[in-house]
Amino acid sequence: MNNNHNQESRRHILSMLVDNQPGVLSRVAGFFSGRGFNIDSLCVSETTDPLVSRITLVAEGDMNILEQIKKQLNKLINVIKVMDFTETDYVQRETALVKVRAKPENRAEILRMADIFRSRVVDVGTEFYTLEVTGDGGKINAFLKLLKPLGIKEIARTGAVALARERK
Amino acid sequence: MRKIKTKGAKIIIDVLREEGVDTLFGYPGGAVIDIYDQLAKSDLRHIMTRHEQAAVHAADGYARASGKVGVCLVTSGPGATNTVSGIASAYMDSIPVVVLTGQVPTQLIGNDAFQEVDIVGITRPCTKHNYLVKSVEDLGRMLKEAFHIAHSGRPGPVLVDIPKDVMQGSTVYTPIKEVQLKSYNPTYEPNVKQLPKVIKLIKEARKPLVFAGGGVILSKASKELTEFARKIHAPVTSTLMGLGAYPAGDPLWLGMIGMHGTYRANISSSECDLMIAVGVRFDDRVTGKVDAFAPHAQIIHIDIDPTSIRKNISVSVPIVGDCKITLEKLNRLLADEDLGDLGTIRAPWLSRIDQWKATKPLAYEQRDTIKPQFVVEKLWELTKGQAIIATEVGQNQMWAAQYYHFDQPNHFITSGGLGCMGFGLPAAIGAQIACPDKLVVDVAGDGSIQMNIQEMGTVMQYKLPIKVVILNNGYLGMVRQWQQLFYDCCYSCTQMIEAPDFVRLAEAYGAVGLRATKPAEVEKTIKKGLSTPKAVIMDFVVEREECVYPMVPSGKPITEMLLV
Repeated sequence: MNNNHNQESRRHILSMLVDNQPGVLSRVAGFFSGRGFNIDSLCVSETTDPLVSRITLVAEGDMNILEQIKKQLNKLINVIKVMDFTETDYVQRETALVKVRAKPENRAEILRMADIFRSRVVDVGTEFYTLEVTGDGGKINAFLKLLKPLGIKEIARTGAVALARERK
Repeated sequence: MRKIKTKGAKIIIDVLREEGVDTLFGYPGGAVIDIYDQLAKSDLRHIMTRHEQAAVHAADGYARASGKVGVCLVTSGPGATNTVSGIASAYMDSIPVVVLTGQVPTQLIGNDAFQEVDIVGITRPCTKHNYLVKSVEDLGRMLKEAFHIAHSGRPGPVLVDIPKDVMQGSTVYTPIKEVQLKSYNPTYEPNVKQLPKVIKLIKEARKPLVFAGGGVILSKASKELTEFARKIHAPVTSTLMGLGAYPAGDPLWLGMIGMHGTYRANISSSECDLMIAVGVRFDDRVTGKVDAFAPHAQIIHIDIDPTSIRKNISVSVPIVGDCKITLEKLNRLLADEDLGDLGTIRAPWLSRIDQWKATKPLAYEQRDTIKPQFVVEKLWELTKGQAIIATEVGQNQMWAAQYYHFDQPNHFITSGGLGCMGFGLPAAIGAQIACPDKLVVDVAGDGSIQMNIQEMGTVMQYKLPIKVVILNNGYLGMVRQWQQLFYDCCYSCTQMIEAPDFVRLAEAYGAVGLRATKPAEVEKTIKKGLSTPKAVIMDFVVEREECVYPMVPSGKPITEMLLV
């Protein structure tokens, strides 16, 4: 296991189809914690088939670790299919809700930035605006960086969801 | 026409019978009275152990000796939690066991009810799969799936948690002929493109080594393995779990590999240029320091579990498939190959190994005290190597592995991966139930026998003629050995004083107790024990500070052995 290329650690987006049953998420999450692997983000939702859910999971590791993770996930009885999008062409999106301090003198700037990032104001209070922004992780990080000096009260991020691109 | 409904508890019995189960091991309790009520009206045999842990170990021992699925039935709460060590042991060693646990009624689940525990949550990481049955309509299907999953692919324990109202509820039950699971399809057939690569490497190899594991026994591939190794004139070693997969009487047999492996097996693994690993998982007790394991070898790895491959060791030719099917195919391919004069080609390699055998054999010094190795060796001799040997865990287990030479599979029954003390006696019970006509011996230490000694009650209740051989050194010997070798002889808490008088203990249970304190008494004691038609405890007072050698210190390359 001393191939240098294989030891390069990178971010992987795993998309799995699983049985839509209680306990399945616990099996997947338990496998990661039990074997000492870390989950960066996780999203679960039903698919068009109510018996099947999709778990989108982001984890970091070298090729050997990822290979082992994929095999172990496939071994779980309730996991129907595991896809690693890393080597393929895919679209990924993440959504964040950001509660930012909206002093009267900053409000116009906040709206300008929101416009640039195609973000929307979803709640307006006397002191705070809540913005919704969608994109890949890089875009959301950039948006948060710009808002930070204005004062971010709290954020909620979804974690990535992804689908493979169709052949053109 | 009105369809007849069946009670949940009766469905359980029906599925067990459909699955060919005739015996189960268990312990009753409030949440499973309904099943026990049906059990009494059925022709199934129930063996009541004295502790639920022992019930799982017994089901496990039954499975290992018979090759069938072992079944265990316990109540909710403490009954269920007591099974965890047994389940974990079966999981580590890939033993097909189905554990049925009672659960509080569905409407009480989550309410911290009396004897409620989330056993599905607790056992999730140590079962191959588990189920909580929420409705009597699902019961039959889930039980069938449990059996299917337990024995197919890489086998393992499956737990089915059944709430009391599900046992009491009724439904129209139609037996399910075939289990269909869309996400579970073990690969039995190897990829045929890989097989010619194996043949090519075998032809090129000068110093091949076959390395067998428990997978060979689980897939019933001993015959095929033996044919394969003989055909390619390759020496054979095995893991602890693989003992018996290859006949120990064969000249190509090297003995066990690993931390307490033989000198010749360990050195061969480091010198070989081709290692053919069959049904193994390259556990740390086998490889020692991973980077130094088989440094000159191309490795072919055959295993049914894809996650075993390249988990610890990188291999040249991975083959995912059943050991038996794969070896059969390889043997067929080899039959059509011109392998040349292998006798001559392999002669230098085999004679080198013979030299290692001659210069560094398994050995111990005979003194005026009884050597534990001597007891096992005599036991082997006097049973002609035909006994089923269950072991506890620790030094007794390693001496049994080293000095009882197994010629057949399913005869060595030991908690390998988990190393679960207290395993031996209940596992021996399971093995004796599976093989009533066989001689079953539990090789034990004075420490681990006390972990499930209460099972003597089970032995007596079912009149099982099990022989317990205690290698009594008054220590938790393996830990003491580590303390001696690596902790400056600081024997912290490993001395077991005030052990019971095992002879009188045997008699208290109604069994026969025998003791030997001098080497001259060993043979006589074993002979007397073996010829007694009922259960016997033989207490051998052995050399107190004997160590198991060879020994590879943890984390060191397996060529760096401490020898006698």
